[in-house]
Amino acid sequence: MHISIAAETLFMIGPLPVTNALLMSWIAMALLVAVGLSFTYRMRVVPGGMQNVGETIIEAGIGFFSDVMGSRREAEKVFPIVATLFIFILLSNWIGLVPGVGTIGYLEEPKEEIVHEETVAPVDEHAAPEGETEEAAAPAEAEAHGPVFVPFFRSAYSDLNMTLALAIISVLATHVFGIMTIGFFKHAHKFFNFSSPINFFVGILELFGEVSKMVSFSFRLFGNIFAGEVLLVVILSLVPYVAPLPFFALEVFVGFIQALVFSMLTLVFMKVAMAEAEGH
Amino acid sequence: MDVPAKRSMDLEVAKNFAAAIAIGLGTLSPAYAIGYMASRAMEAIGRNPEAAPKIQTAMILAVAFAEAIAIYALVVALVIKFV
Repeated sequence: MHISIAAETLFMIGPLPVTNALLMSWIAMALLVAVGLSFTYRMRVVPGGMQNVGETIIEAGIGFFSDVMGSRREAEKVFPIVATLFIFILLSNWIGLVPGVGTIGYLEEPKEEIVHEETVAPVDEHAAPEGETEEAAAPAEAEAHGPVFVPFFRSAYSDLNMTLALAIISVLATHVFGIMTIGFFKHAHKFFNFSSPINFFVGILELFGEVSKMVSFSFRLFGNIFAGEVLLVVILSLVPYVAPLPFFALEVFVGFIQALVFSMLTLVFMKVAMAEAEGH
Repeated sequence: MDVPAKRSMDLEVAKNFAAAIAIGLGTLSPAYAIGYMASRAMEAIGRNPEAAPKIQTAMILAVAFAEAIAIYALVVALVIKFV
């Protein structure tokens, strides 16, 4: 049973590694582009077929976001990014449950011995196939690992890099929308407030709050999806037939809830950023 | 006796204990918080069923924040176990 927190690198494009989670996110993107194109193929004023499905989904989405935002105009402004976050995360989570993800792969022979030093220097065991591994000649125990199983596909958001990227995008987007709506100086005034020492410290704390939002967004999604994968791996290795079904149902539900939570939190933070600062 | 008795745990044993304690203790507070929030939300819905969608939305958001804390504990436990 092989569980690794870091997503395994499959190949390199120039200096950049391509991991199996990145590959899955590309697959999700291709699916979404294909579905999006099918929605708008030969658009008519009176929709039929796929265009109808697309319009229904968008009506439901904008209705729900308008309820949260309060006004439909503001909801329409933020709808593209928030709805994209929701649909992309939802699809990535759900296609990560398809049989074959995490199970179809290849065995990779480690090229060099991985050396553990007594002083617990963090040696990355999940280095790229042609990656560098430090070999210390100093007194250390040498452990040669057997061949490692590398899956071709892995749920996109079980990789902390992917969730961190989304978190950064989401938090930056709230700032961008705040600046677009109420102007740069009013938005900066929320964080850099020189009217009194207390307000100044509150502003600095708000700034730290933004960083903590990024951490919290990324770890929430990563923790949920990665823990779900670990759970499924463990259950499937114990009882492969019938027993994993409730856990798959749980994962479907969790994938939906996490997509909803990510997009709703982004929506709420945008609403806060776009609101005029109230007097305290 | 050739081998002196060990006075401390193996690293692997300690790691397992640490991971178990991290996740075990770390989920106590979020569980209580979520239960409390959900119970108050249900009370509010019971008193005012028309406001149910608004209350539900706010509750889901608050529960997500509380659950994130439990997820932090889970990530720490996973890092201890697998890294």
